[in-house]
Amino acid sequence: MTAGPLLLGIRHHGPGSARAVRAALEARRPSVLLVEGPPEADAVVELAADKGMVPPVALVAHATQETGRAAFWPLASFSPEWIAIRWALDNRVPVRFIDLPAAHTLAEPDRTEDEATGTAPEPAPGDGEGDGEGVGDGDAEQPAVPGAGQPEGGEVLRIDPLAVLAEAAGYDDPERWWEDVVEHRGDADDPIAPFTAVEEAMTELRAAHGDGGHRRDPAREAHMRLRLREARKEFGDEAVAVVCGAWHVPALREQRTVTADRALLKGLPKVRTEVTWVPWTHRRLGRASGYGAGIDSPGWYGHLFDSADRPIARWMTKIAGLFRDEGRPISSAHVIEAVRLAETLAVMRGRPLAGLGETLDAVRSVMCEGSDVPLALIQDRLIVGDVLGEVPDAAPAVPLQRDLTALQRSLRLKPEAGERELDLDLRKENDAARSRLLYRLGMLSVPWGRRANGSGTGTFRERWRLEWQPELAVRVAEAGVWGTTVEHAAGARARSDAAEATTLAELTTLAESCLLAGLDEALPEVMRALADRAALDSDVGRLAAALPALVRSVRYGDVRATGGAALRRVAEGLAERVCVGLAPASSGLDAAGAAELRGHIESAHSAIGLLDDEELRGRWRAALRRLTERQATPALLRGRAARLLLDEGELPEEDAERLMGLELSPGNPPAQAAGWVEGFLAGGGLLLVHDERLLGLLDAWLSAVPRDSFEDVLPLLRRTFTAFDSGVRRSVGELARRGPGRGTGTVAARGHFPGFGEEPDTARADAVLPVLRLLLGTPPATPSVTPSPTDRSTTTASSPAAAPAVAPIGASS
Amino acid sequence: MSAEANGKAVLRAHAEDAFADELKALAAADDRPRPERWQLSPWAVATYLLGGTLPDGTVITPKYVGPRRIVEVAVTTLATDRALLLLGVPGTAKTWVSEHLAAAVSGDSTLLVQGTAGTSEEAVRYGWNYAQLLAKGPSHEAMVPSPVMRAMSDGMIARVEELTRIPADVQDTLITILSEKTLPVPELADEVQAVSGFNLIATANDRDKGVNELSSALRRRFNTVVLPLPATAEAEVEIVSRRVDQLGRSLRLPPAPDGIDEIRRVVTVFRELRNGATSDGRTKLKSPSGTLSTAEAISVVTNGIALATHFGDGVLRAADVAAGIQGAVIRDPAADAVVWQEYLETVVRERDGWKDFYRAAREAASDRPHGVGA
Repeated sequence: MTAGPLLLGIRHHGPGSARAVRAALEARRPSVLLVEGPPEADAVVELAADKGMVPPVALVAHATQETGRAAFWPLASFSPEWIAIRWALDNRVPVRFIDLPAAHTLAEPDRTEDEATGTAPEPAPGDGEGDGEGVGDGDAEQPAVPGAGQPEGGEVLRIDPLAVLAEAAGYDDPERWWEDVVEHRGDADDPIAPFTAVEEAMTELRAAHGDGGHRRDPAREAHMRLRLREARKEFGDEAVAVVCGAWHVPALREQRTVTADRALLKGLPKVRTEVTWVPWTHRRLGRASGYGAGIDSPGWYGHLFDSADRPIARWMTKIAGLFRDEGRPISSAHVIEAVRLAETLAVMRGRPLAGLGETLDAVRSVMCEGSDVPLALIQDRLIVGDVLGEVPDAAPAVPLQRDLTALQRSLRLKPEAGERELDLDLRKENDAARSRLLYRLGMLSVPWGRRANGSGTGTFRERWRLEWQPELAVRVAEAGVWGTTVEHAAGARARSDAAEATTLAELTTLAESCLLAGLDEALPEVMRALADRAALDSDVGRLAAALPALVRSVRYGDVRATGGAALRRVAEGLAERVCVGLAPASSGLDAAGAAELRGHIESAHSAIGLLDDEELRGRWRAALRRLTERQATPALLRGRAARLLLDEGELPEEDAERLMGLELSPGNPPAQAAGWVEGFLAGGGLLLVHDERLLGLLDAWLSAVPRDSFEDVLPLLRRTFTAFDSGVRRSVGELARRGPGRGTGTVAARGHFPGFGEEPDTARADAVLPVLRLLLGTPPATPSVTPSPTDRSTTTASSPAAAPAVAPIGASS
Repeated sequence: MSAEANGKAVLRAHAEDAFADELKALAAADDRPRPERWQLSPWAVATYLLGGTLPDGTVITPKYVGPRRIVEVAVTTLATDRALLLLGVPGTAKTWVSEHLAAAVSGDSTLLVQGTAGTSEEAVRYGWNYAQLLAKGPSHEAMVPSPVMRAMSDGMIARVEELTRIPADVQDTLITILSEKTLPVPELADEVQAVSGFNLIATANDRDKGVNELSSALRRRFNTVVLPLPATAEAEVEIVSRRVDQLGRSLRLPPAPDGIDEIRRVVTVFRELRNGATSDGRTKLKSPSGTLSTAEAISVVTNGIALATHFGDGVLRAADVAAGIQGAVIRDPAADAVVWQEYLETVVRERDGWKDFYRAAREAASDRPHGVGA
C-alpha cells in the first residue's frame, strides 16, 4: 500500500473483511477513524460502546418534520464498520462518519416514504435500496451488495463491479467469488495486504468503468474526500484510517482540488434531520425482508465471524444440535460425514473452503435424506437466525415515538393515564383517523385503546376505551423495529404476521384489521397469504368459519372502496371451496360434529347470500341440494339443508313434502328422523302453521313412534320445539289438538289460515284504523272520495277490499 | 465385453460400451487427481453425466438433464466411503444415473443386484455351488460370490436396484459391508475385505406403498440424493412428446396431428397438481395422493391417442384425455375427488381457452359412480 492514510476497502457485512479490518487497525493503530456513514451520527456514535448496545442495530436518520423519510445503516456484530467503531471506542480513538450528510440524501425530492423506510414491497424500483440504506450497500456499494446491480432512479445501465471481477475469474456468482477470494481467507501475515489487493482491483475496474453509473457517487465521494482532508490536516497522513466500501477506495486515493469537491456539493437540497440507534434483527438484514441491507445469510456470516477455528465442523455441529432439538435423530457420525462431504464437494468445485452452498448440499444428502423440508428449518433458524439487537435507553427517541406524538397532537388524542371512553363517528374525518390510529397501534401490540362492544352502535360509530399506561412507551420503542411511522410499522407488522400466521381464522382477522386500520398497502400480501392458506386447508368447517369475517370485510371494503376486488376474489374462492367440499365433509360425522357443521353451514349460507353473486349462490344451492339427498350425511344436516333451500324458494313445497315423507317414513330409525326434524325446523316453526301437510306428516310420524323409542326422541323434539316463539308453539299445539288430518292443503287450497275465521270480521278490523291513521299520519279522509259523514274511516291500506275505495268499508259501524 | 452377443446385436448395450468413445476421450483429457481405481476423476465423471465439450473438441452428450448440484453430490459421495442412495418417484432416471455413474467410475456397470421381494441373502453376500460343496466341502472353489462381493474384492462400484423392495432382514446384510467394508465368510473362517475403489449405488422409490423402509442403521450408511421431476414445463412436454412418439410407433398408432397442445395441457395439469400451485404461481392447490409422474402423463397421452384413433376423428382432443387425467389424479376416491373438483372449479373454469377441457372433465366426472356427493 502506498503511504498515506490507511484506506480499508471492505464489503459491508463481510465477516472476512471484519476480521481483516481489526487486524489492520491493530497493526497500524491510527489516531482517528473515518467510517462511511452519515456525519450526523457523530453525535451518537459513543453509544456504540454502551453496555446496553447489542448488535444487530441500525443507525437511523430521519427528517425531523417527517419521520417517514428515513434511511437506515444496519450494523451486525460481524460488520467491518461495527468492528472498526468498537475498536476505536475501546482505544479512545475518535470516530467520524464521512459520507454525504443524511440532510442531503433525505432531501432528495424523488424519495418517497416507502422507499425511504424500505417497506416498499420490491427493493428494486426507484432508488429504494439506495441512499444511505446500509452502510453504503445502497446504490453505489457493489462490494457491499453483490446484487446491487438493481436499477437506481430509473437509470438503466449500472455495472456491478463485483460481477465483472467474478466473471473475469470464471465465477458465475459474484458473491461466491468475493467469499472465496476475500472472506474465506485465513488471516494473512500482512494484515494490510488484502486491502491493497482489493484496492488494485477496484482501481482497475474504475479505470475501465468510471463511476459505474452511480448517480450519487460523485457527490458522496467528494464529501468523503473533504472529510478525509480535514482529518489528515488535523492528525497527520499516517494516523488516519478509513473504513468504506471497497468501491470508493480509488476515489478517496484520487487527488482532487478542494474547490472541485466543494463545487460538487454546492446547492444540494437539505432537510433537518435527526439520528439515533434502533434495534435491528437478522431477519431484516436478510435481503428477503425488503429492507435490503444486503445479505441473505446473516446467521452464516455471523457464524463465520464468531468461529474462525474450524468453521465448517462447528457449523455442522450447530445444525445437528438444531435437528436434535427438533427431534430428528442425528448422530456424530452424521456430522462427520456431512463435514467430509462438504469439504470434498468444495474440492470438486474448486473452492478454497466449503461455503454455504456446499454445507447445505452435504446436510441435505447426509442428514435430511435428500429432502428440502428440514433444510427450511436451517434456513430459517440458522442461516437467517432470530437475533434481535438492543439499544441502550440513552439513545434518542425512536422516530416511531415521534410520529405517534405528532399524530396524537394533530388528532387531539392525548395519552391519559386514567381510563376514559371515546365515541367516534367514522363519517367525520378526524374521528376516522383516530380510529385508524387506534387500530394500527393495536396491531403493533400497543393496546392503548380497546373496542368497547355492546350498545347498538351503528356501522359508523365506534366506542373505544382508552387508557395510556407508562409501559406502552416501552412497547412503542419495541415496535420501532417495524418502521418509522405508525402506518408503516403497522403495515410491516401485518405483513410479517401474515407470513407467520398458522390458521385461516388468524388471517381473516388480520385482513379485517388491515381494512379497519386503513392499511391498504399491506392488504394484498395478507390476502395472498389468506388465499394460499385457504387453498391448502381441507377442513370445510374452518373454511366456512373464515367466510363470514371475510364477507364482512368485502362489504366493508366496498363501503370504503378499498381493496374490495382482491378481497372479493378470495372470498369467492373460499366459497367455491366450501361448495365443493361440503358434501364429502358431511360424511361420517358424529352428533357433535354434525351440530358444529350445521353452524358453519348456516353462517356460510348467510355469508354467501351477502356476496351477491348469482352464479355462486347457484353453486351453493346445488351443494345444499346434494346434501338433502345424501344418505351419508347426518339427518340433522339433511334437514337443515332442505329447510334453507325451502326458505330460499329453491325447493318447491311438493319436494319438501316428499323429502319429509321420505325422512319420516317408518323405515328410518326414529332418532334419525328426529334429527332431521330438528334440522328442518331450526329455521322457525311458523312453517308448520302455514303448511298443514307438513304438520300432518310430522304428526303422523310422531304418533307412530314406538313406545320404547319415544323416550329417545323426546329430548330432541323438546329441543326443537322450545326454540319456537311461544305464539308459534301455541298455534302448532292448537292445530295438533284439532287434528291436522282434517284440513289437507295449503292456505290457498282451503281459503283461510288455520286458526282464523272463514271470512274477515270487518268490525274488528275497523277498530285498529284510528291508531293506524295516527301512526301513518294520513288525513282522516281522502279528498278524492266522498267521506261518509258518520264514519271517517274511508280508505286504508290495511283493507284488502279497498281497491274501488268508493264506499267506506267500515260502514257497518 | 462388446455390444454383440454370439455375433448378434444386443437390444440394449451397456453404458460403458455404448459411450466407450466418450469415456476414452474423457480419460485422455482428464488431468485431475483420480481416487484409487477410478477410471476418471470426479470432475470428469460429472462432465460425463452432464455433458460438455472437451478441450480437444470431443462433445460429451448429456446423460442426465437436471440440476448440476445433484450430480456433483452423487459423484462426491462415491469418492467418500459413504454409499449413494438415489431416491425418486418412478421415471426420474434413477437406474439410468446409477448405471452411468458405475460405468464412468469403474468402467463396468454390470455388478448389479436386482432387488425384489424374493431377493435372498445369497444374492447380496455369496452362495454355494452345491455340487462342489458336496464333493469337496466348504472351499473357495465351491463359493459363488455375489456381484457385491466381486465389487469389494476388485474395488469397483456395485449397484443395488430397488433397495426398498428387498426384505428388511436381507437389506440389513448390507450394514456390515458398508460400515466395516468387509464380508465375513464364517464357513471358511475367512473374509473378503473391500479394496479401495469399492462403493455401492442403491436406487429406491420413495412414493411406493408396501415397501420395506430402510432401517435407520442402514439409512445412516447412505448419502441420499433425490432425483427431481423435470424442472420446467417445456422440458417435460419435450420428454412426454418424444416418448409418446416412440411408444406410438411401437403400438402402430398414427401420429396425432395437433396433439402437442393437448400434451401441453396434460403436462400443465400434472405439474400444477403435483406442485400444488398454478403455473403462474398465483394460486395454491391441494395435491392429490397419486404421483402424477411424467410416465403417467405419457400413458394418459398414448391412451388419448388410441381413443382418438379408434373412436374419434384421429385428432387428439380434450375429451380424449379428460377421462385419463381424471383416472390418474383420483386415486383415493374421497380425498382426491375433492382435490380434482376444486381444481376444475377454481382453476380450469376460469382459464382462457380451456372451456372445452372444463366441459369434458365435468362430463367425465359425472360419469363416475362415486362423484363428490353426486
